[in-house]
Amino acid sequence: MTVEAQTAGRGTVRRLAGALHRRPRLRLGLLLTAPLLWLAVLYLGSLAVLFVSAFWTTNSFTSEVVKVWSTDNFHELFTTPVYRQVILRSVGVALAVSLLCAVIAFPLAFYTARVARPKWRPLLVVAILTPLWASYLVKVYAWRLILSEGGLADWMLKPFGLSGPGYGLPATVLTLTYLWLPYMVLPIHTALEQLPANLLDASADLGARGWRTFRSVVLPMVLPSVAAGSIFTFSLSLGDYITVQIVGGKTQLIGNLVYSNIELNLPMAATLATVPVAVIVLYLLAMRRTGALSSL
Amino acid sequence: MEGSAIRLHDLRKSFGETTAVAGIDLEIRDGEFFSLLGPSGSGKTTVLRMIAGFETPTGGRIELAGQDVTGLAPFERDVHTVFQDYALFPHMTVEQNVAYALKVRKVPKAERLVRARKALAEVRLDGYGKRRPGQLSGGQRQRVALARALVGRPRVLLLDEPLGALDLKLREQMQVELKALQREVGITFVFVTHDQEEALTMSDRIAVFDQGRLEQVGTPAEIYERPVTSFVASFVGTSNLLVGEAAQRVVGTHGTFSVRPEKIRIAEESAEELTDADGPEHTTAVGTVAEVVYLGDSTRFLVDLDAGGRLTALQQNLETSAEDVAAYRGTRVRLRWQRRHTVHVPD
Repeated sequence: MTVEAQTAGRGTVRRLAGALHRRPRLRLGLLLTAPLLWLAVLYLGSLAVLFVSAFWTTNSFTSEVVKVWSTDNFHELFTTPVYRQVILRSVGVALAVSLLCAVIAFPLAFYTARVARPKWRPLLVVAILTPLWASYLVKVYAWRLILSEGGLADWMLKPFGLSGPGYGLPATVLTLTYLWLPYMVLPIHTALEQLPANLLDASADLGARGWRTFRSVVLPMVLPSVAAGSIFTFSLSLGDYITVQIVGGKTQLIGNLVYSNIELNLPMAATLATVPVAVIVLYLLAMRRTGALSSL
Repeated sequence: MEGSAIRLHDLRKSFGETTAVAGIDLEIRDGEFFSLLGPSGSGKTTVLRMIAGFETPTGGRIELAGQDVTGLAPFERDVHTVFQDYALFPHMTVEQNVAYALKVRKVPKAERLVRARKALAEVRLDGYGKRRPGQLSGGQRQRVALARALVGRPRVLLLDEPLGALDLKLREQMQVELKALQREVGITFVFVTHDQEEALTMSDRIAVFDQGRLEQVGTPAEIYERPVTSFVASFVGTSNLLVGEAAQRVVGTHGTFSVRPEKIRIAEESAEELTDADGPEHTTAVGTVAEVVYLGDSTRFLVDLDAGGRLTALQQNLETSAEDVAAYRGTRVRLRWQRRHTVHVPD
């Protein structure tokens, strides 16, 4: 009896499996429904809500959201000098962090991918990734200690007659560079590791010295990966508002403006939040031209 | 063909415990099409890479046109290489790839372009200059690699199994073109291959390698007709060796002897025509056909000799069909060849 039930059950499963096998579209549909729902409703949906609410206004006495279509927020965004300053500053910080990350990551990745002995390479990559496993807040507070008055930075620079940068914009750039560096090292490391050795041989064979080979062969082939890494460093920096609160002194970035508006003026917060989204879309379009998106 | 393009003196290379090249002395003449032939792991590619400068010899000396280049970097040597997998720069156009050697030498842009186009025309790729290597077929990439290496007119061109990745038809076509190109430009070609047929058809001279040593250097005819070691006899052409007792009974003396399969004629054991022919000039041996391999234009007979050992005889299918030759399997036959085709292999 039980045996029969089992075979019957198995038969149903088999028939179902067979039916699915003959209908590849149905199979694909069942497989993708849940993730597609997640993407469409939760992710794109919330973006849409954000964008729509950016056109609403707030009752200035009660702070209640008034769902009336208006472009006042955008008008305010474009005409208030402070907003413009903060936006430019935020983009500047994101660009500076990306540039610093690239400058530091390239030699580092060159070492881990091509100079270090092959058996040490995986270990070195793990070492570079290890900070990603530590809490973000712990790392930022560590930097707060390093940069504090009489802290590690001051102590190390003292013999040269210098002092640390203290809290402020430079400290923010420095800390963000530290935070996002692994996201830049990893793609460059991969690109350098995959660079065929015989291309370097061929370049030398055709008469090129080391520097020429680097400029004409290595750099152009690795540049898309630098751009890919910068997509991470740029967007992560642009969205950050905690680091700047901890080590930035009085410095304000877009994230801080969004954060401070959420309670009192949600539509204005939404308007401000569309700025980084728009900037990142523009950045992605620019990076696409370098071939970065295909080397992600 | 005066002067020497390359001279190797007791050239050695070891990778840790393994010896890749164990002392090579070799002279390659100016304007020669010279092949380094051997099985994989015989050291031929390592020798090529040492001539190019990619590997530093463990011992010995390399001379290019009389100048000692042993310690020089690749970019200090007047040789260019065609790599096995072409090694084209994927981020450059075909034209930029070809012009690379000129750009490095700071040749003005206009002249660079003219010479790159001319080099592309030489390999019959006119009009492909603006494409990327990724958009070309294997054979076309091969030609680009050739043009790129030739554009700077090096003294020596090194080719590392350049036809290995091509299919048979294309390979045969490229063999002819490569040989013609070499005659046209007059540059010394050093060609690494494991394909003995390729080496025989293209080369002026061949060096046969085994286990990091030189086995024999000579013209294709010398290598094929007069192999000096049993390795050469079996690696180049079909292995057909008579050794020990079999040699004693068939040839009349002890030692190792080689007979090429196409020199051997096959007939029924009782065939008058063969046994009666001018006796002392010929060697005969009787045996049983063990296997018949029909090859289309010819047939290969594997014959177990009564004297011991096995010989392969190759016959053109001038009048015989597949069914005719298949009937030979298991029959008694008499093999006959001219005495001068029995080659004594010294070792």
